[in-house]
Parts: sequence; structure tokens; C-alpha cells
Amino acid sequence: MAADQGDPNDKDPNRRDFIHIAAGAAAVGAGVMAAWPLVNQMNPAADTLALSTIEFDTSKVLEGMQVVIKWQGKPVFVRNRTAAELQRVRAEGAVGSPAEPDSARTKAGHEAILVVIGSCTHLGCVPTFNAGDFGGWFCPCHGSHYDASGRIRKGPAPLNLVVPDYEFTAGSTVRIG
Amino acid sequence: MSDHESTYVPKTGIERWLDSRLPIVRFGADYMSLPTPRNLNYWWTFGAILMVCLITQIVTGVVLAMHYTPNVAMAFDSVERIMRDVPGGWLIRYVHANGASMFFIAVYIHMLRGLYYGSYKAPREIIWILGCLIFFLMIATAFLGYVLPWGQMSFWGAEVITNLIGAIPMVGEPILIWLRGGPAIDNATLNRFFSLHYLLPFVILGVVVLHLWALHTAGQNNPVGVLIPKERTAKDTLPFHPYYTVKDGVAIILFMMMFAFFVFFMPNALGHADNYIPANPLQTPAHIVPEWYMLPFYAILRAIPDKFGGVVAMFAAIGILFVLPWLDTSKVRSMRYRPTMKIFFVIFVLVGMGLGWCGAQLPDAPVVPGMASFVLLDGELNSYLWLTRLFTAYYFAFFLFIMPIVGLRETPLPVPASVSEPVLSGGATPAAAVAQAEKKG
Repeated sequence: MAADQGDPNDKDPNRRDFIHIAAGAAAVGAGVMAAWPLVNQMNPAADTLALSTIEFDTSKVLEGMQVVIKWQGKPVFVRNRTAAELQRVRAEGAVGSPAEPDSARTKAGHEAILVVIGSCTHLGCVPTFNAGDFGGWFCPCHGSHYDASGRIRKGPAPLNLVVPDYEFTAGSTVRIG
Repeated sequence: MSDHESTYVPKTGIERWLDSRLPIVRFGADYMSLPTPRNLNYWWTFGAILMVCLITQIVTGVVLAMHYTPNVAMAFDSVERIMRDVPGGWLIRYVHANGASMFFIAVYIHMLRGLYYGSYKAPREIIWILGCLIFFLMIATAFLGYVLPWGQMSFWGAEVITNLIGAIPMVGEPILIWLRGGPAIDNATLNRFFSLHYLLPFVILGVVVLHLWALHTAGQNNPVGVLIPKERTAKDTLPFHPYYTVKDGVAIILFMMMFAFFVFFMPNALGHADNYIPANPLQTPAHIVPEWYMLPFYAILRAIPDKFGGVVAMFAAIGILFVLPWLDTSKVRSMRYRPTMKIFFVIFVLVGMGLGWCGAQLPDAPVVPGMASFVLLDGELNSYLWLTRLFTAYYFAFFLFIMPIVGLRETPLPVPASVSEPVLSGGATPAAAVAQAEKKG
């Protein structure tokens, strides 16, 4: 039998080997292309992506209080901190993980207002307001402690509470997202 | 048992007609007449009990899906409607909910049976691996199902468990968003969890078919752990039906009595009261705990101080089971003849229960109240945190060190040459011994 007709005992590559490999590659390629939309459909839908920004008037939050608002399905803490709390977080300098000073976590001119996403950076529970060893928050799920700047100080959580993208649009109103 | 020859003889004309076209009756008849070791004890009935559990969950599940609405606005209320308005709905819901617990009770006993009697050893490795796969799918399915009522435990369990995947470096965050279908647990998540909770039990059913196929090819293990040579088949085995169908039936009835006790008299004993509070994305309950059957693995997760490390340890605790057949170096199957390993096995069972107990406690709480201790690294020594770490260390040491080392070093007791020998060598006359074997069957 001639080699180019595919002698099964012939170890040299020939045209029959080529057609086996080409057919196999085409099948794999088609499978991947067909699978992609089936995987991709689980990514966020257009209506979920559209829920990007919200506005909130921070003057509603009295000194020493916190208001929890819902943004993209997650709680956002808007906390109006007391003078004593501000003094304490400033005196502590850059702490937490990553080490940050309080001024890096607020907007200039609105230092008393802290806006953070209220999800513990460990496994996502909502920390309890004004609890824990550092005057900030305490997460009941696995015992993480945050200070009044939302910086992680103790427990299994790896990172500080996340400060979302936000800006003061007019006076005391913030736009988050 | 792979060479079990067909003994089916079609009797009626219809059977003969069918047998030459689709031999489905032959398949069933051969299945029921499989030669089964005659010394199986009651620990061997849990396979049949698990089959009953799976069918119960599928049937009640399909029925509940006729009334349940997978939408965050209606999910909780639709479950309450099942409880109050659907005829017998309360019964079906409680059977399905408690059925998951019963399923796990049975599967843990089933797995420990396999561990003790060496049912994972050659030639039964594939049976064991398929079983591990079923166990993993069961955990996934039970988790997805628990999310559906959309109570507080549902929501925060989903939050914590999906976040485990987010702990994977680099790709974790995109996978997390993909899994949730958005930036947070929301309707998109609930909706897909419903679809997958419906799908997975049928995948489990498929793997169960492979599990049984592998079992019937390699042959069943038995408490003595010796293989039955072909020439002894007649002496050492009985046909599966009616001997073991009836025995399994007795066990199933006893198991069902316990199941019914829970459903009718304490249907909420195994659940968490907070799941009767509708999900609130802005408030986490003060003490969230997983369902009891996941507590040992949850405890392992919490024992590791690093977020990703904990996730790796938890998955490794299940993953290590898959390679178990290659970690045990002993040539003896049944621990009945392994006096040293038997002790380590009993400790392992107690440690597993201890891990479950620790998983339900707060990590910082003292184990012995009032006892003075000191801080070691990140926690008091007298705390559940350190007790959990001790148990976790034993869990992994059991598979990684004890199994390979003890297998090489221990001196096993003499293993009988056949299944019937330990009975016949009891000193009784042969006739009485056979009668005794029948009783023990």
C-alpha cells in the first residue's frame, strides 16, 4: 500500500493523518465556539449593567449616624463621623491593609462623610455599625474588626472596606458609581 | 461477578418476542439475580437507602417546582404559599427539606462503611471515585436548593459560598461576577440557581448508574474483604433477589421511620430559624451557620487564617478522598483484620464529628469555660479556633501520613481464605454452621 494512502503501520505523517487531525481540530473549534455563548449568557445582563449610578443627599445623615443605601445590590454605608471619631482615625495615621491615612478615603471638604461599600472584604457579610474593638464596624460572620475609617484592623478580612467611585455633585449630594 | 452469565429464560410468547428485539426484561432479571456475598451486614444497606433518598428528592422536588416561583419578589412567599395553600404542600416541603439531611446522614455512613471495610481498594477504585463525585455533586445541589426559599440564611449562605470562589487569585473576581450574573447576589443569581438545582440531581442519577455499573463489574466487597473466587461463587454468594432486596427493604423501612419522625414531629429541628426571615441584603444575621452536613468542611475553612488558604483546605478535604485508593498502602482490605488502623479509624470518626461540632460554635468562644489559657499566634489556645485546627490537622494527617505509614508497618491479623470460612471454623458442626451463616447473612 502506498504511504500516501494511509498505511496504519507507517509512522511517517501522511495525508490520512492530516485529515484526522484537521477534522479533530475543526470539531474542537466548533465546540468551543458553540460553548462560548452558553457560558457568556451567565455574565451580567444589560439591565443589570444599566444600574450603574445613584445619587444620595448626605445632609440626611446626622452626625454620629450611618445610613445604609443599596447600590448595585450591595449595601453602601454613608457615615457622618463625630469630631472624636475623626480625631481618632487621623491620629492613627496610615493603618489597615493597604495602609491608608483617613484623608485618602474621603473627599476634600467633606472629611466627616465616609462612603464605603458595606461588604466585609472576607466573605461579604454586612458589618455591624459602631461595634468591635476600633470604634468602627464588626463583622459577625467571622469576626473582622474595622475602624471608623473602614480600615481592617483585626480578623480574617484581607482588605479595608472598599471606597466606591463617587463624587459630590452639588453641595451635600453624592453620585455613586 | 462480571462473568455472571445470564440465567434468564423467557417463558411466555410475549417475553420471547421482546427478548429478541429489546432484552430489557433479561437485563432486569440478570440484575436481580446477581451473586452477592452472603456475609453482608446492615452497614451494606445504605446504598439502597441512598437510592430511596435520591428518588424521594427528585419526586418531591419536581412537585415543589410546580408551585415555587424563582424570583426574588415572590420566592419566599411562594414557599409560604406551598406551606399554607397547596394541598399537602407542607408535607412535601418538609419531606424535601428533611430529605436532604437524611440523604447526608446516609451518605456519611455509606462512606465510612467503605473506609472501614476497604471498599475503595483494588479492584474497586473507580466505584470509590464515582462515589466521591456523587458526594461533591450532592453538596453543590444541596447548597443551590437551600438558596431557593430566599430567607436570610439562603441569601447570606449564597453570599459567603460564592465569595469562596472570589478568593481565587486573578480569575476569582470575573468568575464570581459570572456566577452571580451581576455585582451582587440578586434575582439573576436566584433564577440560575433554580435551573441548576433542577439539573444536578439528574446528573447525580447518571453518575449513580455508572457507580452501580462499576460495582457490578468489580463485584461487591464484604465485611471480610476477600475476593470470592469463581469456584466458590455457589458457596459464598446468594442471589441479590430475594435475599438482599428483602434485607434492604427492612433497612429502608427502619430508615423511613426515623425520616418520618423528623418530618412529622420535629420538621424544623435540623434547619435554622433565621431562614424564616425573608432575605435582607442590607443586614447579616448575627450568627450565620451552614446546614449541619456542611459544618465539618466549614470548620476546616475557618481554621485557616488566610482567605484563599481556607478555601484551598476546604476543597482539599474533599479532593483528598478521590486519591484515597492510592494513599492506603495496606494489602488487607477490611479493617476487621487491621488492629492498629482500626484505632486510627475510630479517632477519625470522632474527629469528623468534632469538626462538625466546632463548625457550629463561634471560633473565639472558649472550649472549657473559665479555664485560663494564653494567646497563641492569633487566638486563645482554649478556643474553638485551636480545637478546630487540631482536628483539621488530624483529618489531613489521617489520609496523608497515617494511611500510608500504618499500612506498611502494622501486622494484620490472619485473614480468612474465604467468606464462609470464619463461620465454618467456629467449631460447630457443618450443618449448624450453615444455619448460622444464614442467620448472619
